[in-house]
Amino acid sequence: MTKSAEAIFMRLLRGVYTEPFAAAQDKLRECARNDVKNLVMKTKTILQNYLFVLPAVLIFSIFYIYPFYKVFTLSLCQWDGIARFDFAKNFIGLRNFIELFQDKIWWSAMLQAGYITLIALTFQNALALMLALACDRDIKGGNIYRVIFYLPPVLSEVVVGLVWKWIYDGNYGLLNYWLASIGLSNLVTDWLSNPNTALTCVTIIHCWKGFGWGFIIFLAGLQTIPRQLYEAAKVDGASSWQMFKSVTLPLMAPVFMLVSILTVLGTMQVFVLILSMTGGGPGYHTEVPVTRILASMVRSSRFGYACSQGIMFGAVLLAVSFVQIRLSKYMKQA
Amino acid sequence: MKEGMKYKIERFLKDSVIHILLIIVSIGCLFPLLWMVGSSLKTQQTIFSDMSIFPKNPMWGNFYLAWTKGGFGIYFLNSMLYTVTVVFGIVIIASLAAFAFSRLKFPGKNILFYMLLAAMMIPLPGSFVPLYVLMTRLHLINTRIGYILCMINVGLSFSIYLLKTFFDKMPVELEDAARIDGCSRLGIWWNMALPLAKPAIAVIVIFNSLNVWNEYILATLIFSSKNLMPLQRGLMIFQGIHITEYSLLMAGMTITTLPIILVYLIMQKHIIKGITTGVIVG
Repeated sequence: MTKSAEAIFMRLLRGVYTEPFAAAQDKLRECARNDVKNLVMKTKTILQNYLFVLPAVLIFSIFYIYPFYKVFTLSLCQWDGIARFDFAKNFIGLRNFIELFQDKIWWSAMLQAGYITLIALTFQNALALMLALACDRDIKGGNIYRVIFYLPPVLSEVVVGLVWKWIYDGNYGLLNYWLASIGLSNLVTDWLSNPNTALTCVTIIHCWKGFGWGFIIFLAGLQTIPRQLYEAAKVDGASSWQMFKSVTLPLMAPVFMLVSILTVLGTMQVFVLILSMTGGGPGYHTEVPVTRILASMVRSSRFGYACSQGIMFGAVLLAVSFVQIRLSKYMKQA
Repeated sequence: MKEGMKYKIERFLKDSVIHILLIIVSIGCLFPLLWMVGSSLKTQQTIFSDMSIFPKNPMWGNFYLAWTKGGFGIYFLNSMLYTVTVVFGIVIIASLAAFAFSRLKFPGKNILFYMLLAAMMIPLPGSFVPLYVLMTRLHLINTRIGYILCMINVGLSFSIYLLKTFFDKMPVELEDAARIDGCSRLGIWWNMALPLAKPAIAVIVIFNSLNVWNEYILATLIFSSKNLMPLQRGLMIFQGIHITEYSLLMAGMTITTLPIILVYLIMQKHIIKGITTGVIVG
């Protein structure tokens, strides 16, 4: 109720209203009309504001929220994706999860993804940091190196996978050809079909594709360190190693944390590279969680089981990033 | 004087060692690409015996064969179409939403925004199955529009977040002046917010173009007709059928990669800057 309407009411109540009653009625009516008009205007503005976010929210609810909710219900069911879905009929409780806990292939896929992640975290990031340090010195042609190193990350995983698959090829591959021509024919093997080498070969290509990305971030981080700090350290007679240890490392700690978290999240989800290089083989030696999810879904049409794998995978990722964030906070305090 | 010489020599030696290291890594980065392009110019007879990087008699006809017989022409046009429409859609939808989240008032604004942010944490592979089921139910499976909508969704939350942080920094005075002049909210978005946000939009365009052009798995789940498929999916199909026709496969891969490399070389400054800001903001 507006203020003028309120005032008329108060005067009426107190009996101090002197004008004819009909006039008061008219005034009140007009106030009410204005109230409604304002309310309509306000609602209209708010509704119009909603229109701005409507397309985003709509797409988002349909393609993100709904599947996210559905993955939980489906994970409790047994369903081949073809028959009509009936929750009551298909419901099997937690049996998918119980089976998943005993699924050796699933856990070895998890371990293999962990292996790739570990190598990426250490070797790939160490290489990236080393190259970033080298390019951070005012070196000639630094920009050219930067452009070249960032080339593999912009290529598609399918192209990278297929080129390397051929280079690794047992019969016609370039790698074996070179090994033979420099007299190392005893090393010649069918790299991607040999259970002992396949996973490491895939890992190397993953690092080949990924190190340029870490390099760019590290370099950006290094360039924010003020040069005066290095000059001051030099005046104090610090060696290169001492400068690295007491100037670069502490100032780069947040960047290290960021890169390592993103490396872990990115590498655990690797799978297109594997699909294009080995398809998970030989046997199950290069399977990772996402290829297992796809296999349950596409190859064996076990939609419910694939959903339970998806949930487990999401939970593991969440736990890992949670631990990392906790660790970084702990290190900050120490 | 002597000290200076010694320092100079030392510095020269150090730089040389660093250059050698950097050059070795650079060759490692470039070699597979050269090998790919070189192999695409060899004939089917010489491809397994000719181990030189560039053949003496380049077979430029391989590209024509790959484009027509290999079907890469259709895949290429599809990839183009998807990249352009998805990026356009993302820029419009994300900037509208980001503008509203930054400047307009409506109940539930923060909840909606944090919901969008939280989605960045959900790994997509986890919900392949329900997404596939949903697409089938909506009759969007094996359609262009279904794929486009899915890809818009993938790029949306990051783009909204990036644009919102940008709009938040924009001066309010400008907007007030426009409002007094009788500009509607839509008018402010179109005439002021979008032109001012050009740097952020450039980052979004680059990021999402690369993402859509290189996308493989959603294309696999959604498309079953060959004439709808984008390049990455086409490459895998071709590889599966003509497993030994390496020269045509390599030609197809060169066709796939060339636009990316060209765009990358032209825009490399913006791309590298964009990746860094993208990571720092995200």
